[in-house]
Amino acid sequence: MPPEGLSSSIPATLPKAATGIAGFDEITLGGLPAGRPSLVCGAAGCGKTLFAATFLVNGATRFGEPGVFMSFEERAEDLAANVSSLGFDLDRLVAEGRLAIDHVRVERSEIEESGEYDLEGLFVRLGYAVDQIGARRVVLDTIETLFSGFSDPAILRAELRRLFGWIKERGLTAVITGERGEGQLTRQGLEEYVSDCVVLLDNRVEDQITTRRLRVVKYRGSAHGTNEYPFLIDHEGITVLPVTSTSLDRDASSEVVSSGVPGLDAMLRSGGFFRGSSILLSGVAGTGKTTLVSHFADAACRRGERCLSFVFEESAQEICRNARSVGLDLQQWIDAGLLRYEAARPSLYGLEMHLARMHRDLDRFGPDVVVVDPISAFRGPSVEVHAVLLRMMDLLKGRGVTALFTSLRNDGALTEGNDQGLSSLMDAWIKLDDVEANGERNRVLYLIKARGMSHSNQVREYRITDNGVELIAPYVGPEGVLTGTARLSQAAREQAGAARRRQEIERRRRDLLRRREALERQVEEMRAALRTEEEEARLLLDQDDRHEAALATDRVAVASRRGAAE
Amino acid sequence: MSAADLPPDDPGAADADPGHYHLRLYVAGQTAKSVAAMANLHRVCEQHLAGRYRIEVIDLLQNPKLAAGDQILAIPTLVRRLPAPLKRIIGDLSNTEKVLVGLDIRPRDAPV
Repeated sequence: MPPEGLSSSIPATLPKAATGIAGFDEITLGGLPAGRPSLVCGAAGCGKTLFAATFLVNGATRFGEPGVFMSFEERAEDLAANVSSLGFDLDRLVAEGRLAIDHVRVERSEIEESGEYDLEGLFVRLGYAVDQIGARRVVLDTIETLFSGFSDPAILRAELRRLFGWIKERGLTAVITGERGEGQLTRQGLEEYVSDCVVLLDNRVEDQITTRRLRVVKYRGSAHGTNEYPFLIDHEGITVLPVTSTSLDRDASSEVVSSGVPGLDAMLRSGGFFRGSSILLSGVAGTGKTTLVSHFADAACRRGERCLSFVFEESAQEICRNARSVGLDLQQWIDAGLLRYEAARPSLYGLEMHLARMHRDLDRFGPDVVVVDPISAFRGPSVEVHAVLLRMMDLLKGRGVTALFTSLRNDGALTEGNDQGLSSLMDAWIKLDDVEANGERNRVLYLIKARGMSHSNQVREYRITDNGVELIAPYVGPEGVLTGTARLSQAAREQAGAARRRQEIERRRRDLLRRREALERQVEEMRAALRTEEEEARLLLDQDDRHEAALATDRVAVASRRGAAE
Repeated sequence: MSAADLPPDDPGAADADPGHYHLRLYVAGQTAKSVAAMANLHRVCEQHLAGRYRIEVIDLLQNPKLAAGDQILAIPTLVRRLPAPLKRIIGDLSNTEKVLVGLDIRPRDAPV
């Protein structure tokens, strides 16, 4: 809003009056302009009166500012009955002097006009009520009704201008409601008079689902959120849901929490996911998303943490039963109050309602771990779904809650879409897949990303057994990853090969031994032969020696005989 | 001017009389419109309801809490309390014809 002539008189920090409406004070950076009238307009049934009543009641009960409710439509009793559904006890506030209700009844048929008049009576009534309780806040709901009660709109316009001026003069923070008109914000163009702050409420039905929205059309002299913000009216009053209530300055925990599946933890260097991170688990139908999630929930409860599960496709009983078949007893955690399931059909409420419900449940249960199974159940315009999921993540991250989202991917989808565009926001993304080969389907799992920690790049086969999800050591062969029976037969082939190789070695070893023994035997034989030959040679030599000696002796004897005879 | 401006006749018996008019004029201070309304009212009553009317004038500046009771918004407002049903005429009552019609003294479409 460009500054206009008036803005020079507005101090640098415009004083604001908090409405106490969750979210609204955030959008407007503090509330409505204090001491000035604000216009709240919208079509019938979009919550104008409740907005105004909440503003007044909160003022009286929480901010010590009594208020006057001047109703031009509903009688005081009706008003009290209507807002009692929000837990407001108007009668008590009136009795305590913190609230005044004045029903202004305008009945055209009872009024005859004769000559000039003004609306001083309205001023007198409002002034009296304000003075009686020392009011700081005023609601005029819906002042345009006056136009049906008086024939001269020129007088009314002049009087309304005077009234809004009077409100400013008295320093009253006022909410003036107006019915949405054709081509303008209000039927009678009240926005011309109430120009400081205009809030537009809207109630749109898309695909048979209603979403309430709020927009600050203008706020003179103040910055404000300009978006259309969904808001919710339930038994706790009005809640406006700012799209980006949390800025990106959250604490980052380096504490690690287990996924509940040892094999999966092992794929992450830290042995689990960071606390407070958002994990996306996407997979085609029947890949065991909910089973993995049950592990996650079970692990959280085992650590003594609180886990809140928002489930949209199964009931808590079904999940418990199914978890039992894989050896997980979730019922014990439910009984212990650590685990809670919030089951609802996605179509039961609008997206905003779901988000608001989550908001409330988060506040109530205070979980450490949250499961949303699955986010793909949210149907609607993709932009809205994305916005809602984004806020959901903001909500969870802002509280440091570790969140696990599952998402169903369509079978055969080549793209990695259908994650509602959230994959880039997720800290970790586990993808479950079905590998079809050799006439069977086998489940495989891989980590697409895990921020802040190194992780395995392998595709792991997993089986869902009686004892839960088990990851199997991968077989990565020359023909790719083998799973199922292909992996088994490959393993068998490898085993057989190994056995063959072992036998071969054994055989060679035996051969060697045999040859060695044979050779050694040969050596022994040769040695024995040598020994025999040596023995024989020695015998021959001995004989020779003896023969020589005998010859010598004979020669001596012969000589001596020859000498004697001569 | 908080007190009622009582007509001369007997008020006790008058309320039961179906032809009796009990009128209340709401003003806020002595503005030009208020003064004109009072003068106009007295004139019309004297002309058409002589002896059969009672007028209360209520100044809301002095009795602001009375404004809500009779659903007063416009000033001046003339309220016909009796005879029933309750009728309201707003303005300074300068249009005598409309006052007469508004008070049911003269039928809406009757000739003057």
